[in-house]
Amino acid sequence: MSELPGDLLYTNDHEWLRRESDGSVTVGITEHAATALGDLVYVELPELGQDVDAGGEMAVVESVKAASDVYAPVTGSVSAVNDVLADEPERINADPYGDGWIVRLSVDDIDEGELMTPDAYQQLLDDLDD
Amino acid sequence: MGSKTPLYDKHVEAGARIVDFGGWDMPLHYGSQKEEHHAVRRDAGVFDVSHMTVVDLSGARVSEFLQYLVANDVARLEGHGRALYTCMLNPDGGVIDDLIIYFVGDEDYRLVVNAATRDKDLAWIGRQAEPFDVGVVERAELAMIAVQGPRARELAAPCVAMEHRDAALALKPFNGLFAGDWFVARTGYTGEDGWEIMLPAADAPGVWDRLLAAGVVPCGLGARDTLRLEAAMNLYGSDMDESISPLEAGLGWTVAWEPAERDFIGRAALETQRNDAQRRRFVGLLLEDKGVLRNHMKVVVAGVGDGEITSGGFSPTIGRSIALARVPAGNYDRARVEVRGKLLDVRIVKTPFVRNGEIRIDV
Repeated sequence: MSELPGDLLYTNDHEWLRRESDGSVTVGITEHAATALGDLVYVELPELGQDVDAGGEMAVVESVKAASDVYAPVTGSVSAVNDVLADEPERINADPYGDGWIVRLSVDDIDEGELMTPDAYQQLLDDLDD
Repeated sequence: MGSKTPLYDKHVEAGARIVDFGGWDMPLHYGSQKEEHHAVRRDAGVFDVSHMTVVDLSGARVSEFLQYLVANDVARLEGHGRALYTCMLNPDGGVIDDLIIYFVGDEDYRLVVNAATRDKDLAWIGRQAEPFDVGVVERAELAMIAVQGPRARELAAPCVAMEHRDAALALKPFNGLFAGDWFVARTGYTGEDGWEIMLPAADAPGVWDRLLAAGVVPCGLGARDTLRLEAAMNLYGSDMDESISPLEAGLGWTVAWEPAERDFIGRAALETQRNDAQRRRFVGLLLEDKGVLRNHMKVVVAGVGDGEITSGGFSPTIGRSIALARVPAGNYDRARVEVRGKLLDVRIVKTPFVRNGEIRIDV
């Protein structure tokens, strides 16, 4: 598996988060999560403007094999969704940190205490392999 | 650590994601389940099904025994090599397992039963066989390779010993033959043409390598499941079990009612259920909207009652979600399925959904 992007933060549940210049955050699932799920065939996206709580369900990704919840890594409200995923969910497999982003959130402030640095997340993945 | 087939190292070599399946370490996929699925529909794929249990039965009364043991009638097998799909029932008519029976000689049959039910199947068959003095021998030393798809036989033929090749290629659907110590059958679990080959374990890795070198795509259990679902082939443990009769699992066609005097295990229970107007239907469902139907989701039929999805998933060929479901008796062709708290529209369709590379339902 390729190296983790160094400019992102990560969660225990295998989501990633990127701080954008406008103060919003973009959220997706990690390559590890996408690979574990297998070929994605459906993504259920939240409504624009929907409020989400850190750790709460925000979207659902479904692969040929299973459905999996995507949790909000931080509290905020949905400011954009990646509509392309409705017809091309496989983009998450192909480019989990880029074209395969899922949701953008407007946030007031970010509690980084609950989030993981790339090094910490890499450690989590290494521990899973053991 | 689970049991390993003779092809385990080959799976690891091919990059398989290995999962536990009924105590066996088996490949789920080798990268993309969808691509493996499409390879079988469009060209050729190969599955390691060595975990399946092969059992040879022999004895002067073996035909009589099988006429008692299973719901289909081996008397329907008109010649050596013919195969029969059937269920083995308990006295209540519940399905102990589904199996394929090959008629290999006047006093010899070969059975292929499921891996997860191996222990109970062998115990049941052994117990029932005693009064008939039928020999029951498990052939655990055999590997089993399924090569499936429109080009499967063509690409696999060079693996078969020269002196048996033409005969193997001449096999009609649902027939098999011995090719030396191999058994080659034109059967499968995908809805495509192809062969299932039972062969000595030592031969399997070489055959695997030759198939891959010929361009046959290695396929895991994931693709095997979506392919069989599209073909509307039942999966034991999901679509039926010991509490479900073949009549409520879409397998009425595998029950031989004639001759009426043939007394197979479970017959009396089936006779009662056969005339029950409240007997549940077993149907195919097509999800009208986006989303994915999954096993155990509730099917709601307005004004009639509730049923349950027994096998649900995404159909890579159709690009929509499909399912098999057990639903209440009644004359209706629409229902709704509860998906995470929402009711989504489904249409009841005639199965199979897909066969021989073609979509067989209106989408």
